[in-house]
Amino acid sequence: MYDLSCASITKKFGMFTAVSDVSLDIPSGSFFSILGPSGCGKTTLMRMIAGFESPTSGDIRIKGQSVVNVAPNKRAVKMVFQHLALFPMMNVGENIAYGLRCRGDAKADIPRKVARVLERVGLPGVENKQISQLSGGQKQRIAIARCMVLEPDVLLLDEPLGALDLKLREHMKIELKQLQHQFETTFLYITHDQSEALVMSDAVAVMNAGRFEQIGSPRELYDAPVSGFVAGFVGDSNCLHGKLVEVRGQEAVVELDGGGTVLGHVFDASRAGDAVEVFLRPEALAIGSGSDSIRLDGTVDSLLFNGASSRILVRTERGQLIEIADPLAASTVSQGDAVALSWRPERARIFARRHA
Amino acid sequence: MTGRDAGRLSLILLMTPFALWIGLLILLPQIGIGYVSLREKVGFNQYEYGFANYAAFFGEPIYRNTLLRTAWISILVTILALIIGFPVAYYIAKVARQRSRAALFLMCLIPLWVSDLVRAYGWIVLLRETGVISTTLVSLGVIAQPVEMLYNDITVVMGLVYTVILFMIVPLVSTLQGMDDALLEAGYNLGGSRFTVFRRIVVPYAMPGIVSGCIITFMLAAGSYLTPILLGGKNSSWFTEQIYNQFITRYNWEAGATFGVLLLGFTSFVVWAGLRLTGQSLATTVAKE
Amino acid sequence: MRTPAHLLWIYRAYVLIFFLYLVAPLVAAGAFAFNDSLFPALPWQGFTLDWFFSPNEPKLGLFHDDRLLRGLGNSVFIGVIVAVLSVIAGTCNAFLFVRKDFPFKSVLYILMVVPLVIPGVILGISILVFASMIANFADRELGLLLTWLRPGIPLVLLGQFSFLTTITSLVIAARLQKFDVSIEEAAFNLGASGLRVLMTITLPFLAPAMFSAFVVAFLVSFENFNTTLMLVGSDAPLTVTMYDRMVKVGSTPVLNAVSVVLMLGSGILALISVLAQRERTSP
Repeated sequence: MYDLSCASITKKFGMFTAVSDVSLDIPSGSFFSILGPSGCGKTTLMRMIAGFESPTSGDIRIKGQSVVNVAPNKRAVKMVFQHLALFPMMNVGENIAYGLRCRGDAKADIPRKVARVLERVGLPGVENKQISQLSGGQKQRIAIARCMVLEPDVLLLDEPLGALDLKLREHMKIELKQLQHQFETTFLYITHDQSEALVMSDAVAVMNAGRFEQIGSPRELYDAPVSGFVAGFVGDSNCLHGKLVEVRGQEAVVELDGGGTVLGHVFDASRAGDAVEVFLRPEALAIGSGSDSIRLDGTVDSLLFNGASSRILVRTERGQLIEIADPLAASTVSQGDAVALSWRPERARIFARRHA
Repeated sequence: MTGRDAGRLSLILLMTPFALWIGLLILLPQIGIGYVSLREKVGFNQYEYGFANYAAFFGEPIYRNTLLRTAWISILVTILALIIGFPVAYYIAKVARQRSRAALFLMCLIPLWVSDLVRAYGWIVLLRETGVISTTLVSLGVIAQPVEMLYNDITVVMGLVYTVILFMIVPLVSTLQGMDDALLEAGYNLGGSRFTVFRRIVVPYAMPGIVSGCIITFMLAAGSYLTPILLGGKNSSWFTEQIYNQFITRYNWEAGATFGVLLLGFTSFVVWAGLRLTGQSLATTVAKE
Repeated sequence: MRTPAHLLWIYRAYVLIFFLYLVAPLVAAGAFAFNDSLFPALPWQGFTLDWFFSPNEPKLGLFHDDRLLRGLGNSVFIGVIVAVLSVIAGTCNAFLFVRKDFPFKSVLYILMVVPLVIPGVILGISILVFASMIANFADRELGLLLTWLRPGIPLVLLGQFSFLTTITSLVIAARLQKFDVSIEEAAFNLGASGLRVLMTITLPFLAPAMFSAFVVAFLVSFENFNTTLMLVGSDAPLTVTMYDRMVKVGSTPVLNAVSVVLMLGSGILALISVLAQRERTSP
């Protein structure tokens, strides 16, 4: 039994297809993210689930019941808006009570329910504060409390951390995850920030140009991307352009644009002669020579010190900058050194070139 | 909320008051005076249609001259309001300190909330033969005899400038406030003199404000009624006065409607030409207020 | 570039003289209401409130002058009704132009703004002519006597409504433009019906703008002369009554008293609307 299912959802605006044949099933109580660049159709998909847009074709089911013909104010799906959309003309208590009043809860029960949900989000006793008196993180929690007090089947979150500053954002990631555990409600989270999606989610769908590229756990997306788009979008990657010259089983040889060949593994249907991209994660690269075809020669361009995530920037002979996360080597090389980079062939992922 | 029918229904519900308002109170009445201006009474409830009223208007020098006089005084008033108002607007927007800026701007708006009638009456109290200025000058020995300062063209122009200048200053202040001081500093830095900076940077920047100020000012001056009549006296020969006379005093609606159409046509033409010359649009110019 | 001090002082003096020019006639109109004299002129004869409160001729005070009081009453009556009507119509127009899409929207928007640039006298006569045409037609063809289409308060209401609605529409539309639609969507999402969203979210948000539109409409109606003059019947509002008095009787200090009341009234209302505005900008 899934809390939320979408079956072949398509949404067209005139000639433009915003969402194309998207299907997903979200199990009860999980934290599910949709990750994609802006304009990929993720917000349209979420608005269809909330009921503000209706799909051109396909079905949306909540707890097994189709909701396509249910008005947005009758759906058991609550939404935390991008800019939170707290009601500025009401105080905190009135904001949270709004949904209860609409539902027609007994007047006597409302203050008790409001107080309890405020306690659960860790802000007891703020009922009489004005929205403008709250900090960014507090507003965030009030927006969640306003939805959770109605005990929805699914909570939708539309990039709610986007407006916060970096430090608070890092903090709220952890807090959101904890809140989700505590409420045991299914969260559907939309974001263009891959680190938010990776840190918080049980499962992530990567969306591009109206389609899902891949659905999987954060580890699967990172370690086993199925397309060049996912490999480039999830986590950091160095990307080399070239042409596939030879495929032996999974192993393949790529002739780089501008000369030289490298060895990697093909993860899609690319065949010899196709234009491809080779993705190398910074931590897959090591300084120190390997055998031919799994090495790149260059000079150290600069050292980017950032504690545990320090990087070395190496300029290859063809002038491309490559990022390397090799904490051991970072202390031994210095700017201007000639170095060789090596990797294990299976960690160089080859995909058909994207038409960007 | 959902469904195209609900959307269409609400569109119709919102469109109805708008259509009734614009249709019944603006468009049809304007067509109405156009229609009346084209007919001529030849007997009881008997009318002929044609351009006789317009021919009569252009054949009669008094009427023609009234229109020309209204036109040139309105243009003069607009120019004077710009020349007098621009330094004040510039002072409020750029020279005054933050604290006094809001107070000065509010002071500019005060006369806006006082009826034309009160303002004109105030000028009468000040300027007439037994008025404050005349009496004061006599008692100071500057002049021997009380002077009548009302009922001449200079007073009419001064009174009209007074009535309309706020509508020049307000749009000017709001455009000038948007101008970054760095623009001026860059102008001086690049070697501009005070005059070239003003002519090449400030004036072009303020152009939208100047245009909307001039249009509103001109419309208000040409359409004004109280100020020219009270300060200019019975023979101020102002165009709106002619309209009133034809309509209310002489009950000659056909002629009055003709005058109305001509005034509307004339002011619309000036506004259109002003917008055309400066490349602005009516909606952005007026709606900014 | 620093402006030399003496130029700055000349500049300041100019601005000062300008503001003196702005307030001089207002001070003159106001001050002589308190002069204990039969004429609004120098010399100053001493302070009095007779021109407001004296019950007897020759210094019949404003508050005992039946015609002026009736004019004041008419002005308030007309102002309140026309302000309410134009705020309602302005709210509808704001929703129409901010929220809806329809063919010829930009043309219709220009039509909405046009009443502001039609001279008031012409608005007045055109409505007078059109109303009379309808009334004559009804009289001749149907035998109906539509007296409300003859000069009088109903026509004054229509005439003022015709251009005040433009002002209220612009004021309210500017506020609605700033409204974040996701706040409405949030309310729907929390289970509110369309009517409930309108009553609890959208209208409360618009309320400050509707209030200042009301005040502006009332003030402009109260001081309007040009349009009103063409449409007025026997129940004249205060401005027309005052004008009549000025033309027929000549200036007497009671007119200065009327001026004081007008200035005080509009000053207080303008202040209220400024305060309301301030309240909503700094929540």
